[in-house]
Amino acid sequence: MTAVNQKKTIQFGPEQQTTLVQVRRRRTRRQLLVRAVLYLVLTVIGLIMLLPLLWLISTSLKARGLEFTFPPQWIPDPVVWGNYHEALTILPFGRFFLNTITITLLSTLGSLLSASMVAFGFARIPFPGRRPLFVLLLSTLMLPYVVTLIPSFLLFKYLRWLDTFLPLIVPSFFGGSAFFVFLIRQFYATIPLDLDEAAEMDGAGYFRIWWSILLPLSRPVMATVVIFSFIWNWNDFLGPLIYINSLENFTLALGLAGFRSQHSARWNLLMAASTVVLIPVLVIFFVAQRYFIRGIVTSGLSGR
Amino acid sequence: METVLNFMQPMITRSGRSRRWWRILLAGYLFVAPWLLGFIIFTAGPMIASIVIAFMKWEVISTPEFVGLQNFVELFKDPLFRVSLYNTAFYTFLAVPLQLIVALLTAMLLNTKVRGIALYRTVYYLPSVTPVVASAMLWLWIFNPEFGLANALLERFGLPKQLWLLDPNLAKPAFIIMSLWGVGGTMVIFLAGLQGVPAELYEAASIDGAGALHRFRQITLPMLTPVIFFNLLIGLIDSFQIFSSVFIMTNGGPQNQTLFYVLYLYWNGFKYFQMGYASALAWVLFVIIMLFTLLQFRMSKRWVYYETDIGV
Repeated sequence: MTAVNQKKTIQFGPEQQTTLVQVRRRRTRRQLLVRAVLYLVLTVIGLIMLLPLLWLISTSLKARGLEFTFPPQWIPDPVVWGNYHEALTILPFGRFFLNTITITLLSTLGSLLSASMVAFGFARIPFPGRRPLFVLLLSTLMLPYVVTLIPSFLLFKYLRWLDTFLPLIVPSFFGGSAFFVFLIRQFYATIPLDLDEAAEMDGAGYFRIWWSILLPLSRPVMATVVIFSFIWNWNDFLGPLIYINSLENFTLALGLAGFRSQHSARWNLLMAASTVVLIPVLVIFFVAQRYFIRGIVTSGLSGR
Repeated sequence: METVLNFMQPMITRSGRSRRWWRILLAGYLFVAPWLLGFIIFTAGPMIASIVIAFMKWEVISTPEFVGLQNFVELFKDPLFRVSLYNTAFYTFLAVPLQLIVALLTAMLLNTKVRGIALYRTVYYLPSVTPVVASAMLWLWIFNPEFGLANALLERFGLPKQLWLLDPNLAKPAFIIMSLWGVGGTMVIFLAGLQGVPAELYEAASIDGAGALHRFRQITLPMLTPVIFFNLLIGLIDSFQIFSSVFIMTNGGPQNQTLFYVLYLYWNGFKYFQMGYASALAWVLFVIIMLFTLLQFRMSKRWVYYETDIGV
């Protein structure tokens, strides 16, 4: 587009003397410069984003005492892989890992089932009251969590669910999160209604339409839900902090925080343990980045 | 109205219709039942309970006792309440605008079409998937006064070392810096917004000879205002409720300079077991956040530009 403009200037502009080739060369040189500056800025900011993480890994591999050098040493010498073993055996991290996986898997299952069911109701069944209820659902997305914190704790205490995984799992089976319902509903809205109608002709009820037509078609959005649910549950700190007390029921996040209060001066071990908590999330993110970004973009929520 | 219409229709269609109507009603509510129940049990119920508890003195093991407005009266006399509110406001009003600016600028950088941009996008987003506990540990170490990365950087530029999280004046800014590192979510939303700006607008503007800055102010910013508004709203709600990182890193210190609101609420609820007082705190914050949200919506009419109605 701009190239067209340039040609016009050459033909009709004041600088009749300059040839097309000269202008092209000047342009490419300027473009090159702009591009170089762009890459420079991109890289500098990229490094700022990455440095803390590299520093985390670097510290996690340093020998005891060698993390205390100033200015800091970037490449650990010697590289002590044993830090990981030591960090993970001081506290029962294997147990924490199992607990976290259990909570994450069950909670994700609950979100998938219930959120897609609710989303179907909102997307496909024109029942009276659908619109106001959906607005209500959306408004809960902006509800500050503090306002339900204390009574939820009291509710779970009354149910004798404290120090179990139930408070962290069961709510997922009740619609998961408004965020997931919204996400799936938006996806269902893109599937043509003809499919439902054809199935209805064949005598399928709503349940059949949902279970055997829409669900199999919604794999991409299900992937998004799985990834968000995984990362939220994995990263959650406040929930386990409030509901879990005994060490054997700790999640990784709680365990890591507990580790710090016991060994606050062992930075290399602390960083090793942090890296271990971080790595599954990074792997999931790299594998499923596409779905992740799509989720954010569809809903406008980043799920912090 | 509905009944009149029904009455006017022939009997057969009417009864047929109404059976279908009931079927749809039943099916609809059955399908949304999980969420509706969850909403009542885990959201609406607790919210109402929270108001009631706010008027009680309840130390979990003791029997709750109705005390009227006492919790709220105490609250306004409580110096720590004021400190926590001030700290939270300080953090929010500095962090949110900075987050928006950084997120928008990085999003614009990432919106360029150069080779390898996907890799840059991944790297920029990476910090925001880091679990909060891990990033809290990491930044605790970065802000370490003796051996931390932050001071190494200052030293490189010939600046004096700082105490960071141990310095009453720097503790809050340190949290703001940390929050800027995790700005990726906001950035991705901006990026999506930028990609939604119609290219014709830019083309028309450059034919008219508009410079880059002019294009930014006349096209990009106005077209992005709905996204800016959304990010502002979510940013405020999130920042008002900052908790986990503070709980792990400073637990309110030094000298209560990082005693943020939800941390103070947590202390009252889960350290001193003052369920009534904590609920009163929760409701005050809830009202503050709601007022801010309403204010934002009110003001948005003046600066947010919607090209078309955005249907849900």
